Amino acid sequence: MTDQSQNQGDIQDWGTSPDQVQFRFRDDGIADVPAVTVDSCCDQTNATAVRIEPGDDARELLPFLDRLQLVEVNFPAYTDGRGYSAARVLREAGYAGELRAVGDVLVDQIGFMRRCGFDAFAPDKPINEDDAKTAFARWPEVYQKTTDARIPIWDLRHE
Amino acid sequence: MKILTGNDLKTGEVIWWDGTGWSRHVDDAVDVGERGDVILAREDAERRVNSGYSIEASKEDGPDGTRIRPAHIKDRVRALGPTVRPDLTLKPADPEAGNWVI
Amino acid sequence: MYLYDSYDQAMVDARVEEFRDQAQRRLEGRITEEQFRPLRLMNGLYLQLHAYMLRVAIPYGTLNSRQMHMLADIADKYDRGYGHFTTRQNIQYNWIKLEETADLLADLASVEMHAIQTSGNCIRNISSDHFAGAAADELIDPRPYAELLRQWSSFHPEFSFLPRKFKIAVIASDTDRAAMKLHDIGIQIVKNDAGELGATFYVGGGMGRTPMIAPMIRDFVPLDQLVTYSEACLRVYNRYGRRDNKYKARIKILVHELGKEEYTRQVEEEFQHLLDQGVEPPLAELERLRPYFADPEFTDGPKNVDRSDPEFALWVARNTNRHKHDSYVSAVISLKPLAGIPGDASSEQMHLMADLAKEYSFDELRVMHTQNIVLPHVKIADLHALWTKLEAAGLGAPNVDTIEDIIACPGLDYCSLANARSIPLAQRLSQRFAEKGRTEELGELKLKISGCINACGHHHAGHIGILGVDKKGTENYQLLLGGSEAQDTSMGKITGRGFDEDGVIDAVEKVTDIYLDKREDGERFLDTYRRIGMDPFKEALYD
Repeated sequence: MTDQSQNQGDIQDWGTSPDQVQFRFRDDGIADVPAVTVDSCCDQTNATAVRIEPGDDARELLPFLDRLQLVEVNFPAYTDGRGYSAARVLREAGYAGELRAVGDVLVDQIGFMRRCGFDAFAPDKPINEDDAKTAFARWPEVYQKTTDARIPIWDLRHE
Repeated sequence: MKILTGNDLKTGEVIWWDGTGWSRHVDDAVDVGERGDVILAREDAERRVNSGYSIEASKEDGPDGTRIRPAHIKDRVRALGPTVRPDLTLKPADPEAGNWVI
Repeated sequence: MYLYDSYDQAMVDARVEEFRDQAQRRLEGRITEEQFRPLRLMNGLYLQLHAYMLRVAIPYGTLNSRQMHMLADIADKYDRGYGHFTTRQNIQYNWIKLEETADLLADLASVEMHAIQTSGNCIRNISSDHFAGAAADELIDPRPYAELLRQWSSFHPEFSFLPRKFKIAVIASDTDRAAMKLHDIGIQIVKNDAGELGATFYVGGGMGRTPMIAPMIRDFVPLDQLVTYSEACLRVYNRYGRRDNKYKARIKILVHELGKEEYTRQVEEEFQHLLDQGVEPPLAELERLRPYFADPEFTDGPKNVDRSDPEFALWVARNTNRHKHDSYVSAVISLKPLAGIPGDASSEQMHLMADLAKEYSFDELRVMHTQNIVLPHVKIADLHALWTKLEAAGLGAPNVDTIEDIIACPGLDYCSLANARSIPLAQRLSQRFAEKGRTEELGELKLKISGCINACGHHHAGHIGILGVDKKGTENYQLLLGGSEAQDTSMGKITGRGFDEDGVIDAVEKVTDIYLDKREDGERFLDTYRRIGMDPFKEALYD
C-alpha cells in the first residue's frame, strides 16, 4: 500500500502504483492516479481511482462509475472472497475501467478473478510467470455465466 | 517431557521426532525441551515434516522397555491407529493396544 | 443417471491436472502448507489423524456399478481395502498419500468421478433423496435439478472463497428423506395451484455448535429461475456472512442475525438484479437432463412378497421401501452389521454391491445420508435371490431405522476434530440391544452419534442423540432426546450431565425402558417423547 501525498490537497492515496501491476489485460494506458477509499470517493467529485476493502459495499460506487478509470479491490487474505462479488457487482453495473486485484493474490485464484471481471493483478508477492500463464488458460470451458465473454457449457450445448 | 509429532508430507503417516530424524514409532520420541519450535521450523522448511507440533508426554515402563505416553488421547490414537481396526494399527498382534490409548 | 458429455469430462480432467500441479508445487516446497491447504481441501483432501483422508463426491448420492467397482479398486490400490460412506452421501478413504492423490483423481475421472469441492469454503456436494426416481410419494425426480445445481456450483468463480462451507439439498416430496431443512439451502420442488413446478427455498439450516432449522425464504421460485435465485442467496452470503469468527461463519448465523425478513429482502433485491444477467441455464438444458433420469424399463411381475421365510420377511419389512411401480421395491443394503463399523464397506463388498446393482437394480445404487446403500429398483420377484446374496456377504442386516441402524461419525478413531470415539460406542450399543432382543420391540428409533460438536453424525437430529465431549482429557458423552431429521424437523434436547462410555450405554437403555413403559397406541420413541416430555426420562437417568 503506497501512501503518497498529492498536490491535490488532502487526497490520501491508498492504491498500488503501476509498477506493482504484474499482469494486465487492457489496451489503454495504465492509470497512475491516487486511489481513494470508497468513503472518500463518494464525498469527492474528482477522484478517478478508488480502492475497495472487503467490508466496503461496491454498490456505493455505482453513481460514479462513469468517471472512474481504476478500481482496486484489496484481498488482505486470499481466503476472504468478498472481492470476487465486488468485482462482479461492478462489471454487472457496466463499469468498463480497470479492475485491479491487489494484495494476497496467489496464482491459484487469478483464473477465478479474471472470470469475475478483474483485468489487472498487483499481487503482494510476484507470481511465477509460467504458472500464471497456465492458470489463466487452465479451464477449457466454463459452467457459469459471468460478465466475461466466455459462453457457459449449458449454452454451448444448445447453440 | 515435550516431544514433536507431525505427518510425513508425501505419505501422510504419523511421525515422531527421534533426535536425528522422524520415526513412525512414538517410543522413539525424544524430549526436545524448549527447542521444539526451532527444530520444527527447520524440518518443515526442509519438507521432512508436515504440520508438526509439540506435545506433552511422559515416560512409562512397558513390557519391552520404556514407552512414551502422549498426554492427550488424540495423540495416543495417532500413535497407535484406529482402536476399532486393530489390524490397521502399528500393533495388530497386541490385544491390549487399544486399552493403552484410553 | 447422468453421464458426462465431453464438456463435463474436460472439466474434471482439467481439475486433475490443476491438482497435480498444485501437489507438485507443495511437494517441491514452492508453496507452503498454509497456501496449499485451501487448495487441497477444494479437492477433498484432509490431513487427518492417521494420514491424508480423501472424500470422493457421489453427486446426490447416485452411482452405477462401473463407478462402485472403481471405488473398490481405489480402496485396494491407494488405501487399505475399505471405504467409509458418509452422512452427505459421499465416500471417504482414510490412508491416502499426497504423492499418489493426483493419480487417484485421474482414476476417478476415468469413470466420471471426482473429489471436487467435498471440502473447503465452497459449495459442497448437492445431496438428495436416496429414493429419488423410485419413491411412490415423490412429485417428480429431484435429481435433474440437483444436477443443474452441481454444474452451476462447480468451480464457481465468485463463490470459491466463502466465509465457510455451503451445503445444499434438493427433494421433491413432502416426506423429507434428505434432512433438507438442516442444510444451508434446502430446496423442495413443489407444484403451485396452477400446476406449475417450482422450488420452495429454505435457507439457514444447520447443525454443529448452533443447530438451526432453515426458515422458508421463498415459497415458490419458478423452475426457470432456480439457478438465479440460488446465485442471489449465495451472493448475499458471500458479501455479508461473518468472517471474523469461524464458529459464526455459516449462513445460518447471517440469517439469524439479520432476521429472516431482512435476509429475504436482500436476496430478492439481488435476485431482481441478477435476472438481467443471464446466469440461468436455458430450459433446453433441463430438457436435455431429464432423459438421464427417466424410468428404466420396468416390467410387470408379482406384487406380493412370499413371507414364509421369517428371516427374509423381517428383512423385507425393515429394509425395503414402497416403489411407484407395484412390481418393484427399493431395497436397502445395511452397512451396520452387528460388531461392524457403521458405514464402512470392504472392497469385496463394494464389488459385490456393484454386481448386485447391475443384476437387480438397472445398474444403479444410491448412498443414504444414514450411511447405508440403496438399490432403488428391485423387482419383487428377485427380492429373495438378492437377499440371499446379501446375507452371504454380511450385508443382510435387517435393521434399517431401528436402534441397530446407528449413524456414527468416524470419531476419535479417525478424526482430529473429535473429542471422543463414536464407533466403539455404536458397536456396544447395537450389541446391547441385539443381545437383549429389544430391537424389534423398539421399532423405529433413529440413534445418531457425533464424536464432537461439529455434528457430522447429526446427533441433534437423532430421536436419541449422543455427543462426545472432552471431560478433562477423558471421553465423555452427552445424551439428547427428541431430534428429527424428517419433515417434522426438530432439534434434540440434552438430558443433563454427561456419562462415560459404560454410563451412556446404560442411559440409552434406561431411556428406552421408559419409552416401552409409557408408550401408547403404536407410538414411536419420538412420539412418546414429544407427548410426555423430558421429565420422565430425566428422572430415570439422574435420580
